[in-house]
Amino acid sequence: MTIAATEFIPAETARGRGGGGPASTRIVVAYGFWIFLLSDFVLFSGLFAAYAVLADRTAGGPSGPQLFHLRTVFIETMCLLLSSYTAGLGALSAERRRVGYFYLSSVFTFLLGAAFVFLEVREFADMIGAGAGPWRSAFLSAFFTLVGTHGAHVTSGLIWFLYMIAQVYVKGLRPHVLRRLLCFSLFWHALDIVWIGVMTLVYLMGAP
Amino acid sequence: MDRHEHVFDDRTPGVEEHEPTASYLSYSVGLGLAIVATIASFVVAQTDLLWPPGIAVGLVVLAFAQIGVHLVFFLHLGSGPDNTNNILALAFGVLIVFLVIVGSIWIIDNLHANMMEMSAHATQ
Repeated sequence: MTIAATEFIPAETARGRGGGGPASTRIVVAYGFWIFLLSDFVLFSGLFAAYAVLADRTAGGPSGPQLFHLRTVFIETMCLLLSSYTAGLGALSAERRRVGYFYLSSVFTFLLGAAFVFLEVREFADMIGAGAGPWRSAFLSAFFTLVGTHGAHVTSGLIWFLYMIAQVYVKGLRPHVLRRLLCFSLFWHALDIVWIGVMTLVYLMGAP
Repeated sequence: MDRHEHVFDDRTPGVEEHEPTASYLSYSVGLGLAIVATIASFVVAQTDLLWPPGIAVGLVVLAFAQIGVHLVFFLHLGSGPDNTNNILALAFGVLIVFLVIVGSIWIIDNLHANMMEMSAHATQ
C-alpha cells in the first residue's frame, strides 16, 4: 500500500517496537533525523534561555521596541510559513512521482526561503548601521546569536535544497533520493517551528 | 492489509499514509490554521484586545497552539500507536527544552533578586 512498507521488508513483518523484525530503511532514516532535529531544538533552547535572561540588559543602548519593525517580521513569518507549505507539497509530489509539480513547488520553496533570508540580512544591516550591532549590549548579543543562528540554519537549508534539486534532476526520484528529500522537508518544517518561538519571544513579546 | 488490521507499522515524522487528496488537504488545513494563529499573535501583541498584563500569556498560548498545528498537519505526528517512537522522542525533547529555558529564567531571576538585595545592603 505504501512505498515505505514494501521497500525492503514486507509490511506484515516490519512493525518495530520490539516485535516482527526491523523497520524499513526509510522509517529508520527519518526517525534518526527526527532525533537530530530534537537535538537542534535543545541547541536553540539554550539560545532562547540566554535571550530571555538578557532581553532587558540594554546597557543604555537601544531596546527591542526601538529597533524592531513588526511589518517586516510579519512578512518574514509569512515567507517562511508559505515556504514550509510548498516544501511539504513538493515532498508529497515527489513521493507520488510527479516531478513537474515537485520542480514547481521547489521554485516557490526556494524563492520564499531566499526572501526570508534577504529580509533578515537587511534587518541586521540596518541595525548594525544604526550602531546597534551585537557588541552594543548583552541584549543585542543574545538577539544576534539567537536570530542569526536561525538565519544560518535557513541559509544552509537553502544550499542543501539546491543540492537536493540537483540530485532529483541527475538521479531521478530513487528511494534514497526520496529519503533525503523527506529529511529536508522535516528540517524545513522544524525551522518554521523554531521561528514561531523567535517571533513570539523576541519580536512580539518585546513589542510595546 | 485486511488480514493484519491489528498490526500497526511504525511511522516516520512528516509522512502521511492516507490517500493523496487527504494529504494535500491536510497541508492546506494546517496552513490556514497557522496563518490564523500568526495573525492573531500580531493582533494581540499590537492592540489592547487582551487585558494588557495577559498579553504575554496569550502570545505563549498562541505560539504553543501554532507549534501543535505544525506538528500535527506538517509533521503528521498523531496519537496513534504507529507514532509511539516519534512521540516519545518528542516528549523527551520537550522535557529538555523546558528544563533549559524555565530553569535558566528561574535561576537567573533568583540570582538577580539576591544581587539587588546585596547591593542595597552595601549602600547602607
